[in-house]
Amino acid sequence: MTLTTLAALVPILPFLGAAAGLLLGRRAPGFVRPLAVLPTAAAFVLAAVVAVRQGSGAPTDAATRLTPTGSVPIDLALHLDGFAVLIAVLVGLVATCVQLYSTAYLRDDPRYPSYAALVSLFTAAMFLVVYSGDLMVLLVGWEIMGICSYFLVGHYWETEVARAASMKAFLVTKLGDVPFIIGVFALATDAGTFRINGILTAATHGQLQHPTIVALLLLAGVAGKSAQFPLHTWLPDAMAGPTPVSALIHAATMVAAGIYLVARLLPVFTASAAALVVLAVMAAVTMIGSGLAALAQDDIKRVLAYSTIGQLGYMAGALAVGDRSAAVFHLLSHGAFKALLFLGAGVVIHAAGTNSLSAMSRMGDLGKRAPDAMWTMGIALAALAALPPFSGFFSKESVLRAAEHASGGHTDGVPSAVGWTVLAAGLITAVLTAGYATRLFLLAFRGSGPRAADHGREPAIMNAVLWVLAVPSVAFGMIALVPSVFDLPKWFDGTELTPTLLTSVLGIGLALVGVLVTYGAWTAGAARRSAAPLGAIGADSGAEPAEAEATAIAAHTAVYGDIASSDDPADPGRLLLGRLHRHAASGFHLDAVYTALFVRPVLAAANLVRFLDREVVETYVRGAGAAPRLLGAAVRRAQTGNVQTYLSALLAGAVVLAVLVAVGA
Amino acid sequence: MHLAYPAVLAVLLFSIGLYGVLGRRNAILVLMSVELMLNAVNLNLVAFDVWLRDTLHAGQALTLFTITIAAAEIGIGLAIVLLVYRNRGSSDVDRLTDLAENGLAGTGPAGAGSTPDAAADEKAEATA
Repeated sequence: MTLTTLAALVPILPFLGAAAGLLLGRRAPGFVRPLAVLPTAAAFVLAAVVAVRQGSGAPTDAATRLTPTGSVPIDLALHLDGFAVLIAVLVGLVATCVQLYSTAYLRDDPRYPSYAALVSLFTAAMFLVVYSGDLMVLLVGWEIMGICSYFLVGHYWETEVARAASMKAFLVTKLGDVPFIIGVFALATDAGTFRINGILTAATHGQLQHPTIVALLLLAGVAGKSAQFPLHTWLPDAMAGPTPVSALIHAATMVAAGIYLVARLLPVFTASAAALVVLAVMAAVTMIGSGLAALAQDDIKRVLAYSTIGQLGYMAGALAVGDRSAAVFHLLSHGAFKALLFLGAGVVIHAAGTNSLSAMSRMGDLGKRAPDAMWTMGIALAALAALPPFSGFFSKESVLRAAEHASGGHTDGVPSAVGWTVLAAGLITAVLTAGYATRLFLLAFRGSGPRAADHGREPAIMNAVLWVLAVPSVAFGMIALVPSVFDLPKWFDGTELTPTLLTSVLGIGLALVGVLVTYGAWTAGAARRSAAPLGAIGADSGAEPAEAEATAIAAHTAVYGDIASSDDPADPGRLLLGRLHRHAASGFHLDAVYTALFVRPVLAAANLVRFLDREVVETYVRGAGAAPRLLGAAVRRAQTGNVQTYLSALLAGAVVLAVLVAVGA
Repeated sequence: MHLAYPAVLAVLLFSIGLYGVLGRRNAILVLMSVELMLNAVNLNLVAFDVWLRDTLHAGQALTLFTITIAAAEIGIGLAIVLLVYRNRGSSDVDRLTDLAENGLAGTGPAGAGSTPDAAADEKAEATA
């Protein structure tokens, strides 16, 4: 088969799997699991084959005219280059792992068929986004992911938390998508085509008439999809969905779509310095804010959610300094280790019966009970904290290197202030990241106290998936940069990605500072921890993992008084943040601000409209109706029912007419 | 014979019929008055037919039609009056007022006209 056919099959297979799963889900329950896993796995294999065959060669383009629109045509176009094929491999890997993991994690779930089909559909949409060479087709995948995300976050729609979270995720991402689609149209109008290649040619030749406006409009959509400040608020709440969903959608793929889009359209953004400045500020605020917020969260998955936001901030920062290779490099390594972290968190939540880190820190033997999760999550957290030699170190260093390069004013079209902003924020975030990664590990696996209720062994498939994902978390960074083995820069733009000495020393030093300070705070809090007992939620031990998690999430607010934090005086995050802790736990009250700024005015406006409609408009309508009604009542009085009266009136009328005719004649 | 005689006779007959239709209360008398009016018209038709010396005698032909139709009409009309009388014990035109606007307050649809009786009345009145 040709490369194009293979690449076209990659999104089609999971799509067909999703369709078949939805159709057969009820009638043939035995086929649901194969239909969920096999197409995704096949797509992964095909994506790998496509990657190998495409290699680091010149980009492959194939297109067929989808429909003549009269103005700007829409093409069903494929564009394969190093970025696309490698991200597709990542998507395939994570999606396959998630599907395998879900077979065990949601083994007793009555809605498993539709769940698996939606995950497959989601995977297909992400493949479409990655491979598409046409912005309109890309937009289709983009929106399918949005709606799948809505359904999957709301998987436990019986709980209020999940319903609210799915609605929020949908509305916030759509809020970004509206400017985004306007931006796409503006871009296509300027460039005269929806084909990305054509747009890039137009951008590099300076044919875009409004680069700043277009870039800012696109950035709104990217901020919504990739959870960047100020549209990031949906991501922490989206943790109400099942853990595999968080791993697939909210760590490795969907949020990566925004970054990927900017990477593809980077010349459009570098054409406007203002857009780069906005992107850099957005990334810097996102990185530092999410780092602080992650340090204060009590729910293990919310810590990971905020860390995802922060790592996406790194990628956005790399894009702001005009280095898409570094951004996509970090996207790849982050996708692997963050999927691992979420899936590991699912194992931990099942083993502990709670999602609260404070409660876990009072369980003695969690590390021994879930050894696979402990080791693999340890690896992934080290990668997250950017400790060498794990993959996160290399990718983060490539970002810092690009920022450092730009801060010296050596990157064309990128103001050096942008470089400085990204560099400073990246270094501060390195400390915070190491801090919250250490805190998560210590609280989850190094607790002390009575043994938790034993739930038996975790399903083997779940642990196996963790080890599979641990491989790229350890090795991808090293392998990618050895020219003789893989030579990642050649797959990308050829930009140098190897860490430089200065940023490496700074990065490692700051990460170590974060680790040691958090460790110190944890040790200092040990005495207080044993003095302040804290009840665990203790979800039912016999239940399937997903149910234990759903119970834990739903009960967190009831038990600890807040969905994000708990009153644990020994929490190292609380000790380190001090008075900032309360604000960080609630995400710096951004939700409250949005409630005051947007939700309340909208509700008030809705009330006003209702008042205007009910009381004002309807009064006029009723008034207009009143006059005819009165007239009708008067006329009805003539209807006596006596035929002779009618006939008399008829005669009178005839006589009058006759007289008139006679006079007229 | 001068045209004035039959014409005046026809006017008298028509006026008597008109008075009967508008003034009498008994449905049968109303029907009879209708016949008077019809016959006044017939008289006119024949008189003018002669007066105009119409070679086709269209007036006379039309008179025959009218007589036939009037016979049919009176047959149906009397049958309806009979049924109305059997149902209600009265053939008083004044009292057959089910189609009147009930109460005249004017809210909602009037309740009349939905029962079979009312339907029969309707026909009776239409014919009368």
